Amino acid sequence: MPGLDLYSAPAIDLHQRACPRPAARLPYAGSPGMGRLSPARVEMHVLDNTQVERLEAEAVNSAKVRQPMYAARKKIFPKRATGSFRRFKWLVMAITLGIYYLTPWLRWDRGPFAPDQAVLLDLANRRFYFFFIEIWPQEFYYVAGLLIMAGVGLFLITSTIGRAWCGYTCPQTVWVDLFLVVERAIEGDRNARMKLDAGPWTARKLALRVSKHAIWLVIGAATGGAWIFYFADAPTLARELFTGTAAPVAYITVAVLTATTYTFGGLMREQVCTYMCPWPRIQAAMLDENSLTVTYNDWRGEPRSRHAKKVVAAGQSVGDCVDCNACVAVCPMGIDIRDGQQLECITCALCIDACDGVMDKLGREHGLISYATLSDYNANMMLATAGGSSSVNPSLVRTTDGPFSDKVAHFHIRKIFRPRTYVYMGMWSLIGLGLLYSLLTRDRLEVNVLHDRNPQFVTLSDGSIRNGYTVKLLNMIPEPRTIVVTMQGLQGGEMSVVGDDIKVGRSFAIPVEPDRLKMLKVFVRQPADQIQGTAQTFTFRVEDKASFESDEYTATFNAPETAR
Amino acid sequence: MSNEHIDQVSGVSTTGHEWDGIRELNNPLPRWWVITFYVTIVWAIGYTIAYPAWPLLHSATKGVLGYSSRNDVKNELAVAEVAKGKYISAVESKSVSEIAADDGLREFATAAGGAAFKVNCVQCHGSGAQGSKGFPNLNDDDWLWGGKAEQIQQTITHGIRFASDPDTRLSEMPAFGDIITTDQIAQVSTYVASLSGKVQDAGLVEPGAKVFAENCVACHGDNAKGNKELGAPDLTDAIWLYGSGEAAIAAQVRAPKQGVMPAWGARLGETKVKELAVYIHSLGGGE
Repeated sequence: MPGLDLYSAPAIDLHQRACPRPAARLPYAGSPGMGRLSPARVEMHVLDNTQVERLEAEAVNSAKVRQPMYAARKKIFPKRATGSFRRFKWLVMAITLGIYYLTPWLRWDRGPFAPDQAVLLDLANRRFYFFFIEIWPQEFYYVAGLLIMAGVGLFLITSTIGRAWCGYTCPQTVWVDLFLVVERAIEGDRNARMKLDAGPWTARKLALRVSKHAIWLVIGAATGGAWIFYFADAPTLARELFTGTAAPVAYITVAVLTATTYTFGGLMREQVCTYMCPWPRIQAAMLDENSLTVTYNDWRGEPRSRHAKKVVAAGQSVGDCVDCNACVAVCPMGIDIRDGQQLECITCALCIDACDGVMDKLGREHGLISYATLSDYNANMMLATAGGSSSVNPSLVRTTDGPFSDKVAHFHIRKIFRPRTYVYMGMWSLIGLGLLYSLLTRDRLEVNVLHDRNPQFVTLSDGSIRNGYTVKLLNMIPEPRTIVVTMQGLQGGEMSVVGDDIKVGRSFAIPVEPDRLKMLKVFVRQPADQIQGTAQTFTFRVEDKASFESDEYTATFNAPETAR
Repeated sequence: MSNEHIDQVSGVSTTGHEWDGIRELNNPLPRWWVITFYVTIVWAIGYTIAYPAWPLLHSATKGVLGYSSRNDVKNELAVAEVAKGKYISAVESKSVSEIAADDGLREFATAAGGAAFKVNCVQCHGSGAQGSKGFPNLNDDDWLWGGKAEQIQQTITHGIRFASDPDTRLSEMPAFGDIITTDQIAQVSTYVASLSGKVQDAGLVEPGAKVFAENCVACHGDNAKGNKELGAPDLTDAIWLYGSGEAAIAAQVRAPKQGVMPAWGARLGETKVKELAVYIHSLGGGE
């Protein structure tokens, strides 16, 4: 993982120069053991200058305390965060969960010949319905196009606002958030949960644990249950599901998704992101110096101190960070953002909320931890270290009376617009426009023709030559239509159709069921004296007289060399 | 290599194996892996008890669940038979022309007949039913014994010149080499050829017509259009089972080849024959 720490190399280096304080930290965060959390230890430590709660928090996945590869996982007990990012995440959670759970129940009237479910993957009939769009299997390239758009869209998002997908909208993040809501509601916030976890098994602990896991399983079942409604008529399937009459595959799907939701969201949590998901690796490679990431601004935070007044009194410089560990306590990934950018960080921005809350209490500016780009950070770091010649000196970034100096770089929206993002935006829009154009101009009436190969032609008793064709009429709208099939070209040629009433002529009309394919066996015969060569071409033209839609297929007519 | 060796970097003991100074760390297997491993062993033991597993001298243990893949196949086939059942019973009870007139039934019978055709008929009639010299093309509209669905059914059921079936379609063209002269054969052959195309020696047509009227009209008819009751071919059309042109016709007049088709009714059963008849009727020449 060291190779991926874009930011950490300079950050850690400067930390070590700026704050040689391992001894000072030991009593608070030195030993990684959880068993030492006696009530006395959990008590609040009040900082010397204001009423900021000192939290017993440890960045269990911090690079500094990282154990060998085979260390067992340490549980993380994220504290509830409050602030603008947390509110935004609640909103995103409500929207994404709402979309997921409610979409299958939306209705969309398509007339009597098609299902009225707005979004439906009808695997049995091989149709995909999405509001006013209906896709047949051969049009699956629309889905492929959407997936490519999603990919390029992720590139665009990542290059501008970093791992926003991970932090806000990834189902893993959303469901872990949901599971944490349950955990907090039942077991309490961070300290209560840690205490419960460390304590002996009592009836109360058992009851809390059982109810927590039970609710998790219910959420898992609801997740799996919602999934299957995308594949069948939701109200019907729901009735079948609860009366025990649904297909076994429905129950199996629900069971599998219940298990994965429970395991990933409840038990594995941050390990899914850190160990299973390839996306963090890809994203780490895609970030550049102008991508926004959640950043600890050590150029104003260092040297951090829990006893700022004493330090100032001693004549030493002191940064904004009071080492309260609020950022660590809220982190669902168990890292310390102050170590720099890390693979584990999903940029959920909860540490920003936590730190901003502390800064409010201290009466200092927000943004000790903030969304920042590497280039801004580096510029400010150069400023704070006087070009790298000294350790971080916060007074260099401030004017004498307190506020930040004008030289401090702040993020500007302009940085989002750069050639790279234009290219991504261009690709994304081009694919989108291409798909849209193709969708608006696509055929809803098609004809496919398969020429008989065995035999290629048949000589009839009057000497005329006959060829056979399998003609497939595709009525791709959910309404019955009468299709007129006409042959163009092939002098003297006539068609006949195998069926209850055999039609002969150069044109015939045939009813086609709504949203179905009609397969016809069509024989075409040409009198011997009109044959012009061993391979002539002619056209099958299909037309819907009502909608003026039409399609054509150019077919070949074979004749033996000996025919006149 | 009994001395325990601790790797300096990781602090983990090694297995004691060393290759060119590279040692293998003796890290423990992940617990989930070990648990899974033991669970699979327990599962495997249970599986071999529940399902057929251990080979014996002449068979294998049956397993307490009594599972058998053969039974599975049997059950699946039974389910398929039930699914086909309503079509089969309809095919059994209806006439071939009724079947051919019903879209769904025709589709079923055509598919089933096509499969039966591939097994039983392609050896003579070809995989596309296109026939060859001496074996009729079933796609065209020229039928020796009639091209209506019922007539085709009759032909398939009892065959043609198939001695062991008393109801077989029977006719025999005499070998005119013993009855008329070589000149007359040349004349009548030219006449017959002239009915559907150009001939080399137009002078032979008129005497040939006379020979035809004296010897051939009984079966082939006054106008040489043939007679399906007797399997006598239409001599005016473009389709020739044993080749067109004076020479081929003369050979057939002198010493006719007479094709034989087996009776399939007893071998395939009435239902299968009906399906075959519908299939052949659908090939484009059916009347």
